[in-house]
Amino acid sequence: MAVRERLSGNEAVAYAIKQINPDVMPAFPITPSTEIPQYVANYIANGEIDTEFIHVESEHSAMSATIGASAAGARALTATSSCGMALMWEELYIAASDRLPIVLALVNRALTGPININADHSDSMGARDTGWIQIYAESNQEVYDNFIQAFPIAEDKSVHLPVMICQDGFITSHGVENILLVEDDKVKEFVGEYEPEHYLLNPAEKMAVGPYAVSNYYMETKRGQRQAMLNAKQVILEVAAKFEEMTGRRYGFFEEYQMEDAEYAVVIIGSAAGTCKAAIDEIRNTTGKKVGLIKIRVFRPFPEEELAKALSKVKAAAIMDRSEMFAATSGPLGAEVRAAMYQAHCEAEVVNYFYGLGGRDITVSDFMTVYDNLETMAKTHVVTGMYDYIGLRSGQSEEVMPPKNMEV
Amino acid sequence: MKDTVEIRWHGRGGQGAKTAALLLADVAFKTGKYVQGFPEYGPERMGAPITAYNRISSSPITVHSNIYEPDYVVVVDESLLESIDVTKGLNPKGAVIVNSARSKEEIAAHLHGYQGAVYTVDAKSISIKALGKNYPNSPMLAAVVAVSKVMDKDAFLTEMKASFRHKFAKKPEVIDGNMMALELAFAEAQ
Repeated sequence: MAVRERLSGNEAVAYAIKQINPDVMPAFPITPSTEIPQYVANYIANGEIDTEFIHVESEHSAMSATIGASAAGARALTATSSCGMALMWEELYIAASDRLPIVLALVNRALTGPININADHSDSMGARDTGWIQIYAESNQEVYDNFIQAFPIAEDKSVHLPVMICQDGFITSHGVENILLVEDDKVKEFVGEYEPEHYLLNPAEKMAVGPYAVSNYYMETKRGQRQAMLNAKQVILEVAAKFEEMTGRRYGFFEEYQMEDAEYAVVIIGSAAGTCKAAIDEIRNTTGKKVGLIKIRVFRPFPEEELAKALSKVKAAAIMDRSEMFAATSGPLGAEVRAAMYQAHCEAEVVNYFYGLGGRDITVSDFMTVYDNLETMAKTHVVTGMYDYIGLRSGQSEEVMPPKNMEV
Repeated sequence: MKDTVEIRWHGRGGQGAKTAALLLADVAFKTGKYVQGFPEYGPERMGAPITAYNRISSSPITVHSNIYEPDYVVVVDESLLESIDVTKGLNPKGAVIVNSARSKEEIAAHLHGYQGAVYTVDAKSISIKALGKNYPNSPMLAAVVAVSKVMDKDAFLTEMKASFRHKFAKKPEVIDGNMMALELAFAEAQ
C-alpha cells in the first residue's frame, strides 16, 4: 500500500534519498535546492541513514567530491541549482566522460543576470551537451518517482552515465502537493545494492580515472558516451516498466495527453504541463477542438523518432521553451523537436514560444491563446510570432523584433 | 471545475503568511482533500510584501500557475491595503478577510469597490490574549476556514490540535493557547 502524503518537491526528493540511503553526498547550498541537503543532513544527524555528508566550500568542490566518491566505488549524489551548477560546469563533463553513475538533484532556476531565484530551464538546458541523462518532472509526484528510477538507470552496465533529475524551482520544489510514497523496503529493493564494476578502491584491478586522452583516444571516448546514451533509451524504458509494476504509475520518454486525435499540440517540459492540461480539458469540454500536449520527460537521450511519430498527425505545434539560447528562431527544445520533425518529413506548422523565463507565470488562459494561435497558423499556413515571449509586457515586445532592415 | 477553492494570502515577510498557507494545505490534506500550498517569492526580506496561495479540491489538481481569480483573500497585515489591490480578481461571491481591529465598514472603504463579503478579525488582540504574543497567522488560518467552510470546525480543530502536538512536542504548554487563538478567531469570523 502506497503511503498518502503531502510534501514539497524538495521534501519528496530528500525523502527518496533517505529511502535509498546513498553512500556519499557532498553538497553546497543554493536557492532553491538548499532544502534537499538540509533535510538529508537532518536524516543523517537523526541516525536515520548513514550517508557520508561532505561539507564543501563550493559547487565546483561538491561535484568534484561526488566524482571522487563515485570513482572510488560509492553510490554518490549531490543537489544544486542555477549558478551552483554553472560552477560545476567543468566537472559535469568529467563525470560523464568518466562514465560515473552519479545522480544530481537539480532544482531548475534561472541563470544570473539579472540575478533571479525563480524557475527556468537555463541551467539544465545549458548543460544539455555535457553528456548527462536529463529527466524532468511536472509535479512533486513525478520528481519523486524519477529520483527512485535514477540510480537503476545510471548504474546499468550498458549505461554508466550520470543522471540529472530536474524539477522547477519554487513551483514544485517549494509547493506542497499530494503525493503517494512507495514503502521503504520496496524502494530499497527497486534501487538495489550498488555493485560497481570498475572502481578505484578495488585492489584487484588497478586503474586510472580521468587521465589525459590524446587525439588518438578522445574521439573514441565520445563515441562511447554516445553509445551509452543510445543504450540508455532502452534502459530508461525497462526501469520505467519495472516502476510501473511496483506503483501502477507509467512513465516513458514523454507523456502524451489527449494526443490520440489531436490537431493542435503543445510540446513542453516541466510544471507548466499541468497548467496546459487544465487548458486542454477546458477547450475540449467547451469547444470540442482537438488539442493535445506532449510533455517531455527525458530530454537526454533525446527521443527524436518517437517524438516525430507522436507529432506526425498534428496540423500545428507550439514548442515551448523555458530558456533562451538566442538562436535564430528556436530555444533548445524547439530546435531539437523541429529537427526531429524535419527528419521525419512532418508537415505540421511549427512555432517556437518562450515562456516562464525567470519564473514569469504562465496561466491556463495563456495556453488557450497558444491553441488559438495554432489553429490560425494551421488554417493560414503562415507562422507568426517566432520571437514571442508569452506573458511579456506588451510595451517591450518591440525590442525583441528584428530590426526593420533585417526583415525577410 | 469549480470544486476547487482558491485562496490568496497577502502578508509581509516574517509574519507567517506562507506558513499559514502550508498549514491550511496540511489540514485540508488530512481531511482527504487534494491540496496545493505555495509561496510566490519576490526579493526575500523581512517586511516585504509576500503572496502565498492555496488550492483545495476533491479531485487532483494539475494547474501550477499563481491564482488571479481567488475565491477568498486573506490579508495578514492591513497596512498592505494602502499599496496592494488585495481584492484584485477576487470572486464577488467569495470574501476578503482582513486582520484588523477596525470595523468591516472602515476596511471596505479601502477595497477599491469590492462588492463581495468583507470580514475583519482582530488577530493581533486574539493572539496577545491567547498566547501573550502577536502571531497573527494562526487566527487568520482559523478565520479563513470559518468563512470558506473548506472543512468543518470540528475536523479543523482536531487536525490542528494534532499538528500543534507534533510541532510543539517540546513545549506542550503553548498548545492550549494556540487552540484558544483558533477558537476565538473562528468565532469572530462568523
